[in-house]
Amino acid sequence: MTGMRRKIVLRVVSKLLIPFILLFGLYVQWHGDFGPGGGFQAGVIFAAGFVLYGLIFGLGTLREALPSWLTRVVLVLGVLLYAGVGVVTMLMGGNFLGYNVLGATPQGGQHIGIVLIEFGVGMTVFAAVMTIFCAFAGRAAADVNPVDDIGGDNG
Amino acid sequence: MNLEILSSDLLNVAMLAFMGVTGVAIARIRNLFAVVMLSGIYSLLGATLYVILDAVDVAFTEAAVGAGASTVLMIGTLALTSDREKAMPNSNAWKGLIVCALVGAALVYGSLDMPLFGDPMAPAQQHVAPRYLNDSMAEIGLPNAVTSVLASYRGYDTMGEVFVIFTAACGVICLIGRTRRRPAKKSGGDK
Repeated sequence: MTGMRRKIVLRVVSKLLIPFILLFGLYVQWHGDFGPGGGFQAGVIFAAGFVLYGLIFGLGTLREALPSWLTRVVLVLGVLLYAGVGVVTMLMGGNFLGYNVLGATPQGGQHIGIVLIEFGVGMTVFAAVMTIFCAFAGRAAADVNPVDDIGGDNG
Repeated sequence: MNLEILSSDLLNVAMLAFMGVTGVAIARIRNLFAVVMLSGIYSLLGATLYVILDAVDVAFTEAAVGAGASTVLMIGTLALTSDREKAMPNSNAWKGLIVCALVGAALVYGSLDMPLFGDPMAPAQQHVAPRYLNDSMAEIGLPNAVTSVLASYRGYDTMGEVFVIFTAACGVICLIGRTRRRPAKKSGGDK
């Protein structure tokens, strides 16, 4: 997938859209407890911004902005953050994922715990979508031009 | 039957009819690019139905994942394979249709015993749902009860879902994430 960077309309419109897609993803992430949304949706929307960037400007450019080691670290960190909140609540004397002990009041603790685990969900979902997209796109690029270095580090 | 219920019923029937037409088109069309686009439309119609059923969080997920992410991934897959479906000798088409019709009839027959949509006496509304709706504001303090259930009351289940997504990404990395070794210039480029 070498991109469509020669199509000026796609290039300009995507450059205009991507910041707003990322902003909307962050809004859905941090506002999920007051309206519809949460980590799952936010992760996919945030990844959609990067997928659009990769589709227009090519996988190599996307990989410069978002290296494969970074997506893998984020993939693992999200799961660790979620499970880590559970371990911390146990260490603080509560049940696994019983957030009440995290804050001064039970409600405050619930709020802290939910924000943290939703962030973990968002990180893992974002990294999973990026991983799968880059794996498929990298395979396609390697098939089209095998000596090109565009798919240097997929996944 | 007042006008509001009638118009809501009409909307439901229209959406279901659209989904049926899309499903038949997906089964009939041989151009796989069109099939991928139609499956995105199918997900979008499903998301609209969820909005009508007042399940906005599910609709949000369906629109983002079903219509957005999976469509892109399917197009990525098409780039690896072919965008034409091979013509199959359709001697078994009638058998498949009969099986589908029988299973569909059994499902419709089974649904006749189910409680009506939104029935307050339904078992699903009697078990833990009253506690979630009545007490979640005092216990969790979030306006969106769906988030309270997903992240707190059922936090352990959600952790399992995150593990499923994590495992899926790991599987993709193991299967096709690694670059095939190339003979020329870049040696040892695997990570």
